[in-house]
Amino acid sequence: MNIAELPDIQPYSLRKADKEKLLNTTLTSLSRHHYAYCAPYRKMMDGIGFDPKKDYHYVDLMFLPVQLFGMIELCSAPKEEIVRTLTSSGTSGQARSLIFLDKETAANQTKVLTKIMSSFIGTKRAPMIIIDSESVIKNRNLLSANVAAISGFSLFGSTRMFALNEKMELNTELLKSFIEQHESERILIFGFTFKVYRHFYKELIKAGIKPDLSNAVLIHGGGWKKLENESVSAKEFNKKLNDVCGIRRVYNYYGMVEQTGSIYMECEYGHFHTSVFSDIIIRRAHDFSPADVGEEGIIQVLSILPKSYPGHSLLTEDKGILLGEDDCSCGRLGKYFKVTGRLEHAEIRGCSDTYDGKIN
Amino acid sequence: MTLMTEKLTDIEYLFPKEPSMDNLVHIPGEETFSENAIAYLDALAHILNKDPRAKNYPDVATFAFFCRKGNLLQLKKKYLYGNSLRLGRGLIFHITPSNMPVTFAYSLVFGIISGNVNIVKVSSKKYAQADIICNAIYELSKERKHQIFSTRHALISYNAECSASTYFSSICDVRIIWGGNDTIDEIRKNKLPPHSFDVTFADRYSLCVINADKFNAEKSPEQVASGFYNDTYLFDQNACSSPHLIVWLGTDENVETAKRKFWNNVYDLVKVRYILQPHSAVDKLATFYYQAVQSERIKKADMPDNLIWRTELKELSKDIDNYRCNGGYFSEYKASSLRELSNVFTNKFQTLSYYGIEKEELIQFITQLKPIGIDRIIPIGKTTEFSLTHDGFNLIDTLSREIELL
Repeated sequence: MNIAELPDIQPYSLRKADKEKLLNTTLTSLSRHHYAYCAPYRKMMDGIGFDPKKDYHYVDLMFLPVQLFGMIELCSAPKEEIVRTLTSSGTSGQARSLIFLDKETAANQTKVLTKIMSSFIGTKRAPMIIIDSESVIKNRNLLSANVAAISGFSLFGSTRMFALNEKMELNTELLKSFIEQHESERILIFGFTFKVYRHFYKELIKAGIKPDLSNAVLIHGGGWKKLENESVSAKEFNKKLNDVCGIRRVYNYYGMVEQTGSIYMECEYGHFHTSVFSDIIIRRAHDFSPADVGEEGIIQVLSILPKSYPGHSLLTEDKGILLGEDDCSCGRLGKYFKVTGRLEHAEIRGCSDTYDGKIN
Repeated sequence: MTLMTEKLTDIEYLFPKEPSMDNLVHIPGEETFSENAIAYLDALAHILNKDPRAKNYPDVATFAFFCRKGNLLQLKKKYLYGNSLRLGRGLIFHITPSNMPVTFAYSLVFGIISGNVNIVKVSSKKYAQADIICNAIYELSKERKHQIFSTRHALISYNAECSASTYFSSICDVRIIWGGNDTIDEIRKNKLPPHSFDVTFADRYSLCVINADKFNAEKSPEQVASGFYNDTYLFDQNACSSPHLIVWLGTDENVETAKRKFWNNVYDLVKVRYILQPHSAVDKLATFYYQAVQSERIKKADMPDNLIWRTELKELSKDIDNYRCNGGYFSEYKASSLRELSNVFTNKFQTLSYYGIEKEELIQFITQLKPIGIDRIIPIGKTTEFSLTHDGFNLIDTLSREIELL
């Protein structure tokens, strides 16, 4: 599947039946592609019973648990064609994942991210404040998930300003002068949810500063990570930021390094949306069958982008609820859903763990 | 002397309730299976049996049953042979598991009946079972008859940051470390006195061997399945003795029939009794894919849902113990004979549970093939029962001194 084949398609423009057709073809052909070019993937598919000759409905295609990318190197392109390797730390205690990108997949990720973002914030670049420290992006070939996201979203900035110093402290002077300098322009702000909350919102409160960002647009994602106990609801998050800097347009997104590009943006009604480039299926843990609308389950994410690694159909460790399809009040077509949390690690009974602390 | 209590401040005292452990160092070991010890444990069993809360916990009831005089006298007959003169080694420091609620109590009992004084580190995780047992030990200490004997042990709890392990290690005669391997490494950083030693229960791997020809003739397959359930799902398949590998013996045709009959029966039980954690379902899938990549020609067997995950192997490799997952994940292999298995055993293998195999054959298997590993050969359904022989140690012999008298 080449994204160039969909040059003019709008991200939220396909109804269920049309999208199904598109996904059946593209996702099945991706499964075949990875089966042919990724030896470990082929062994997995042979074991689970995938038939490369069969035409699958995409709901019946196999999915890989995301944690596998931390256990096995999975690459479907010749190693010499890999231009970038993304890495995520995974959840605590897990090995970090490696995601191999060739030129085509990397370019498609950028194209699709641009398409999705443009439909929310327009195509015009704007001055951009990044709620992070510039030091985190001074990196080499190996890109962490954070850096990948920052550099992806940076494309929308005409100029960029990193709001945090190396100690992750808010540089209030720099922030003030940047806002003054771009007084008449619409400013974009990007950051990870927990960093925006801890290093931007809380720091502004502490410093007693109320910058005027009423004309700005905030894009944030990535959830709360280790700050789960500090987390606030989306509504509260937006209200608090509005209180401190007057910001009104806040967009959260759901995404992961294993499927960079085809992110799920939150609409004005607080729902995450699948685009024509992606889909989600909520699965029941009991038998992995698709859950009904309104029923909580494990989130499976699908994306038509991953070609250089077999990440087009993944089972996440997140729980979510499908809210509907093609009928969100915001008018965007496609499935819309909410994320309800992480899958808890079960308390496992057994006799192999006497250590009461964390071993590093 | 207030050495211990001065040094160690972050300790939670489960029994006795006041920190008074310093005297433990000076109490001598007793005879193994002493009358006092047997009377004490029998009284403990009585208190546990009367506790209405204990009825909700089969593991507590089983423990109480183990402590009964009748059982202990039988064990005495089996383990105290000849005219051997035996005394406990002295002070035993037990580091017990955080995810098996009752193991700490068995560890204590092993220490008591072999004649020792005991400091038992109980997990800081709270279990009702531990609460019930500690409470019974406390109640017993108030009975005049058992007052003095009650001063021979302490149950405590503390987290990994506490330096208590260093101190207890420096004064104990034997240190019992229940795994995992990381814990053993961590605890071993603390020095023991020159004469002292460790008894370690490392991470192990277990399997179950079923004779298909016999199983097909079984009139009560549901009972075999129930035993298998107790070996596996009852403890989320996370006890060291829980089988992860199922080996079938018999003709191709018989094995196919037996598999169907066996798993149908297990499934009926699991469906009613077991609650599958969502994360376990994802872990099983991930384990399967990982195993698929690292092994050759494995296949997932068809099952109606994720309760039982069966991975069918065409060949059995030495690294099979790497591919395991809790909560009902089984690798299955059809072997031509027990002999074939002995090639893959390593010292990680602990329990071989069996169905439909004659004892004579099992004895021959051990004596002729001398497998590495395999410390226990136990009928299906009985793998989680505690015995005084554990991981190849005769605990009575290990935890006591035999005095040579000529």
